[in-house]
Amino acid sequence: MEYVSPEGLRLDGRRPLEMRQLRAELGAVSRADGSAVFEMGNTKVIAAVYGPREVQQRSQQLNDKALIRCEYTMANFSTGDRMRKPKGDRRSTEISLVIRQTMEACILTHLMPRSQIDIFVQVLQADGGTRSACINAATLALADAGIPMRDLVTSCSAGYLNSTALLDLNYVEDSAGGPDVTVGILPKLDKVTLLQMDAKLPMDIFENVMQLATEGCKAVANYIREVLIENTKQLENRRGV
Amino acid sequence: MEQRLANTLNMTVNEKKFIESALLSDLRVDGRRPFDYRKLSIIFGREDGSSEIQLGQTRVMGFVTGQLVQPYRDRPNEGTLAIYTEFSPMADPSFESGRPGESAIELGRIVDRGLRESRAVDTESLCVISGKLVWAIRIDLHIIDNGGNLVDASNIAALAALSTFRRSECTIGGEDGQEVIVHPPEVREPLPLIIHHLPVAVTFGFIGKENIVVIDPTQHEEGVMGGSMTATLNTNGEVCAIQKAGGEGVLQSVIMQCLRIASVKAADITSKIKIAVSLFYFF
Repeated sequence: MEYVSPEGLRLDGRRPLEMRQLRAELGAVSRADGSAVFEMGNTKVIAAVYGPREVQQRSQQLNDKALIRCEYTMANFSTGDRMRKPKGDRRSTEISLVIRQTMEACILTHLMPRSQIDIFVQVLQADGGTRSACINAATLALADAGIPMRDLVTSCSAGYLNSTALLDLNYVEDSAGGPDVTVGILPKLDKVTLLQMDAKLPMDIFENVMQLATEGCKAVANYIREVLIENTKQLENRRGV
Repeated sequence: MEQRLANTLNMTVNEKKFIESALLSDLRVDGRRPFDYRKLSIIFGREDGSSEIQLGQTRVMGFVTGQLVQPYRDRPNEGTLAIYTEFSPMADPSFESGRPGESAIELGRIVDRGLRESRAVDTESLCVISGKLVWAIRIDLHIIDNGGNLVDASNIAALAALSTFRRSECTIGGEDGQEVIVHPPEVREPLPLIIHHLPVAVTFGFIGKENIVVIDPTQHEEGVMGGSMTATLNTNGEVCAIQKAGGEGVLQSVIMQCLRIASVKAADITSKIKIAVSLFYFF
């Protein structure tokens, strides 16, 4: 199948190095300490953060740092074929683990010993790049909850189809069976914390695709920063400062 | 409890500091250099499709079995490949019996991604009747002893077991030409799987404030490390899968350097597997 037309356009009309439209909204769940909705094109994810709060299971309490927990779920109506998915299948357990470890790397856990932070992310609409969208949503929700972090982790995916590197794959491109590289970076430190890749790719091309995904992450980081600054300004206005 | 937490809890501050400060002068607790792999030995069982891997203190057994089943509806002419991991509670005090934990699932997924997404095993040749009957290959990985770096050991165990697995030959015949005849191994020589390439997983650990890179971490080093990365490569220099699930951030240049080292190690391991397999068939 042709994923990039001779004119250099992708199936959804984007250029190979173009991202989908981003949209973010803070405070989507009123009861949560921090929450956010994050959209990358048609992919829509909601994240809620509770904590730092008392550890629910005392045996899990850590005396030198906060315990981070993360739960990733996909809504039944999020994919094309609507079906009930068993809770805690292998894929979502793995993604929960990946998101938790990515967030652990950026949260200053040593400042909150003997406490627990819960991150819940749910995919409302899946159109490729759910993993990245979840991480971006979780970062925003953590920032909204005012949890101290080293940096904002941001994530973006990139692929390689029809001998072209493509940024931010959608569902059709993702399920084409080509390589899919998901990168999560700490933009200020310029360090890679999350890197997942499947299907095979020669090493030099992989380097380019990873570079492209990193650029995507930086673009997301800029957007997230703007959203947070805008949100803070609004809060300031409301308080009449 | 989680394996990672348990490891950390079992170690004293002294032990951790010892590993970290020894690494500053390029020394590891077991006498290796940062980029030395542990000794690998591959033993095969009496039957086809079974292997036992010893990587330092780590021991993993791999078993491959095949069964004729109905294919998935979206892939009517492809056989299936599934990986099941079993973390025996005798291998490590933190492993609990019952449902597989997070680490068991992650391990299974890494091995699975490396083998399946890179199309290492030709699944189309496992089809008997399109839409009706295909071979389902099942890989069981049993962790016997946890000496660290279970991912690499499990991956090698899976590859070794797959290389020696042979399935009974099937033909279609009978009166109506629809009947499937499975020829027992005594009648017709069983067929080996078609394996296009061997994707070998190589794991790196990032330890300490300076993020010193070590290859093939032991369980003590796993308790100290801030993050790890598993790169799955084949001898053609292709990257088949990468898993770096969060943890300490590293520079992109370090990742590329790791990949280059991994590709050298992957070639070493591939040749070891191939030698072991050829010896198995020789005897």
